[in-house]
Amino acid sequence: MKSFKIRVGIGLVAFGLVAASCGSSSDGASSGDGGSPEVAAGAECTPGQTDGDLSLYNWTEYIDPELIVAFEAEAGIKVIESFFDSNEAMQPIIMAGNSGHDVIVPSDYMVSILIDAAEAGETSVMKLNKDAIPNMANLDPAFAKGLPYDPNGDYSVAYQWGTTGLGLDLSVVGEDVPHTWGLIFDQELAAEYGIAGSATLLNDPRETLGAALKYLGYSLNSTDEAELAEATALVKEATSWLTAFDSDQYDELLVSGDTTLAHGFSGNFIVQFGEAENPDNYTYFVPDEGGTRWVDNMMVVADAPHPCSAHTFLNFILDAENGAALTNWNFYASPNKAALEFIDPEVLEDPIVYPTDTSKLEFIGDTGTYETNFSDAFIEAKG
Amino acid sequence: MVDTESVNGSPVTPELEKAAERADSRRGFLLALPALGFLTLFFATPLVIVAIYSFATRNRFGGTDLSGWNLDSYRRLGEPIVRDILYRSLFLAFITTVICLIFAYPFSYYLATRKESVRNIMLVFVMIPFWTNFLVRNYAWRVLLGNGGPLSQATEAVGLGETSILFTPTAVVLGLVYGYLPFMVLPLYASIERIDWRLVEASRDLYASGWTSFRKIILPLSMPGVIAGSILVFIPSLGAYVTPELLGGAKTTLLGSYIVTQFLTARNWPAGAALSMVLMIVMLITTIIYFRKDGKTL
Amino acid sequence: MSSTTDPRGFSKAFLTANAWLVYLFFYAPIILLVVYSFSGDKLVGRWGGFTLDWYRAFAKDDNVQGALWVSVQVAIVSTLVSVVLGTLAALALERFKFRGQKVFDALLYLPIIIPDVTMAVMLLMFFSQFFNVIDSVLGLTLSKDISTVIISHIAFNISFVSIVVRARLEGMDQRLEEAASDLYASRWKAFRFVTFPQIIPGIAGGALLALTLSLDDVVIAQFVSGPGSTTLPVYVFGLIRKGVSPLINAVSVVMLVASVLLVMLSLLAQRNSEDKDQKVNDENEDDDQEVSSGSSSLSEMSIN
Repeated sequence: MKSFKIRVGIGLVAFGLVAASCGSSSDGASSGDGGSPEVAAGAECTPGQTDGDLSLYNWTEYIDPELIVAFEAEAGIKVIESFFDSNEAMQPIIMAGNSGHDVIVPSDYMVSILIDAAEAGETSVMKLNKDAIPNMANLDPAFAKGLPYDPNGDYSVAYQWGTTGLGLDLSVVGEDVPHTWGLIFDQELAAEYGIAGSATLLNDPRETLGAALKYLGYSLNSTDEAELAEATALVKEATSWLTAFDSDQYDELLVSGDTTLAHGFSGNFIVQFGEAENPDNYTYFVPDEGGTRWVDNMMVVADAPHPCSAHTFLNFILDAENGAALTNWNFYASPNKAALEFIDPEVLEDPIVYPTDTSKLEFIGDTGTYETNFSDAFIEAKG
Repeated sequence: MVDTESVNGSPVTPELEKAAERADSRRGFLLALPALGFLTLFFATPLVIVAIYSFATRNRFGGTDLSGWNLDSYRRLGEPIVRDILYRSLFLAFITTVICLIFAYPFSYYLATRKESVRNIMLVFVMIPFWTNFLVRNYAWRVLLGNGGPLSQATEAVGLGETSILFTPTAVVLGLVYGYLPFMVLPLYASIERIDWRLVEASRDLYASGWTSFRKIILPLSMPGVIAGSILVFIPSLGAYVTPELLGGAKTTLLGSYIVTQFLTARNWPAGAALSMVLMIVMLITTIIYFRKDGKTL
Repeated sequence: MSSTTDPRGFSKAFLTANAWLVYLFFYAPIILLVVYSFSGDKLVGRWGGFTLDWYRAFAKDDNVQGALWVSVQVAIVSTLVSVVLGTLAALALERFKFRGQKVFDALLYLPIIIPDVTMAVMLLMFFSQFFNVIDSVLGLTLSKDISTVIISHIAFNISFVSIVVRARLEGMDQRLEEAASDLYASRWKAFRFVTFPQIIPGIAGGALLALTLSLDDVVIAQFVSGPGSTTLPVYVFGLIRKGVSPLINAVSVVMLVASVLLVMLSLLAQRNSEDKDQKVNDENEDDDQEVSSGSSSLSEMSIN
């Protein structure tokens, strides 16, 4: 029977692949595929050294093209850019190995997942060779040490940071609107300010359930099932007076008048407000109950083909003027202390970019296997 | 299907027949070999990986541990929330298919009854919109249906007042109909175009009314097109996720979005894999039954 | 067609009106897309005066152009390969009986049924393991690049091409081929001069479908592309997060114009080849109806 042979053939090939994958994940440290933190391929790199064209895997439009040109001129290598649109889509691509990418720019919680995986011997990211990145000294001390997701800064270098909060159309809600998540989660408030039927929440379980948890006075990293159930009920109720869950166009919907309130990321709002007919009509704030603060970070992939070029690129971005150029271009805050003097004063004084009180802000942390509870709860809330 | 008997028409000795059959089998296999080899390596083998993953466990990194095999991911499928999502998706896919059929049938009939030179050009004009970017088309619909958008202005102008159907199930169905209408038009057109019009003529000569000859001759002859088109609209509608998210505002979860969520938000690959496996098996069985039964009638 | 079968009166008006309505429906978003590619306002949906700025921006944007170029290469190569493999598969299934045929038949349907994202992750896992195996066996280090995207697109396009070509083969009158074999034409000659000319419309339809599917794929390309091989849909998907500027509309319009030109060319080419077919058929002195009706090229884009 040929059909039987075919099936056996498929089975054998698959068995081989699975066996190979078991092998590489159980003894990754010795398999030499770059999966182990001990084998730091960048250990030998010196400042400014390059070992081939750099492959940068970044969010779309997250770096000024002129900075790329400047780096190419300075380092004498080319930059090959590839783009991702979510941490969750990027992670498996890196962890499958052989991605060909050198530098990635994951967000905080994804940094901690990647570090955990690296320390468990999976193909993930490599420990940085700090000697090859002298500009690390430029980092604000708050970003160099003590970050919850990479306490010693051994694996990651902060790229930019921002907050998640609410954007509002002041021409509808008025100037003296209270700064609370209740605007979206409290039906009476939502009705009073004309927000009901004209608001969007992020289509993201952690952000949106996190906002509800904050409104209820809990930590957005709570792993208490009762608290999550409360937050879920709140989002479920709000769904009935919500325009949409949207993570891409919330800022445009707000400025085009389709919505009055939008839940989203600080920098996107600034850019969009700048293009509105009357920018003064709009405001952005993180509600008083607190909200998300996030940091995107540069990391070097464990099996990066060009680890030295990668280190040189990290060093280049950490340069004071280059760091400032980033912020002046996309209006997200810079973790680079030395860069502050080169940032446009207008941007520096904008409370949306640099919030004055950061005490109520919280990072989204990885909750391990509890993550699926968040995504299940979110689907339940949406119905 | 050509078999040796019908080709030669005359009875042959059993040995010769067997030898010819074997040679035929070898030739057929050789013809199929490039595609078979390619799909075995680059589709079937990866599919086996998915099948294996569906019995594995998500680890704390969101990766998959290939140990501790279990059926948990399949058990999840019995949960009420998954059942609700399934029913809702089936319902929307069904509505989409029916609407496509209602508009596509007369449209395809009209096309198939034009002059041959006109027909080809008209058909090309059905396909042209679909050579633009799929996401851009969806965003264009967002603008068309939005508050104060062209549709709203049009209904206001004729005195029906403003319409705001963006971010409602109506918008989702509209978007799905738009996306898959060509899949209904093409097979329908092909089956109507092949109809032997002498039959229709004959019926009219026998004083059948237009309606009667449609019902008794045209409709039965175009039935394979109706069924093929329906399947081609129904299957992708069931798995669609970009259109429901963009035009429906992601307010209700459909099957396609649910699978994507399992892979890309929960990073729970075993759950996504299990759901995909079940979906594929059900659809494969349905498709094979359909193609076995109706394939020949075309 | 005889005039007695033509719809008249009310039904004729209804059919015409419905056809125009359907065309309006198909073209409404396309008109909007084209119009706003000339709008001076960054927000699509708000008219900001006529401008060609978005086309100029496209001409200057290396990332978009690079992504477009990758997409075009992927679409063309994957279409060509899948047309050859898909057509051979269709012939094998429709004109031969061989062992394992049913398994092959089922295997061919699966890429159509599988959810995008599932195919994407399974290919990601597969390529990485496959490269590991190659590395340990042959000592050859491979990585994902444009060729992995092409391979993945071929993997789903073979199925679509073969289904369209099979539909064509199914509907064909086999008496022609039989006649050719009876006249002791070799199997190859029978194929070359009888079967092949008749299935050209099916092949063309399959090719157009494959091209469309390849140009529309986001999810699979995202997972199997390597450094520098981001396709246009993947790039656009990321751009949406930053706001959908009319730049994307301008890119779409450029693609639209290019593909319309391509269709015109292929229609012309088909017309020429059909003229030739007609001659071949005349030489074969065959008056079979199916052959002449086969000239309605795109009709066979059906997947019945």
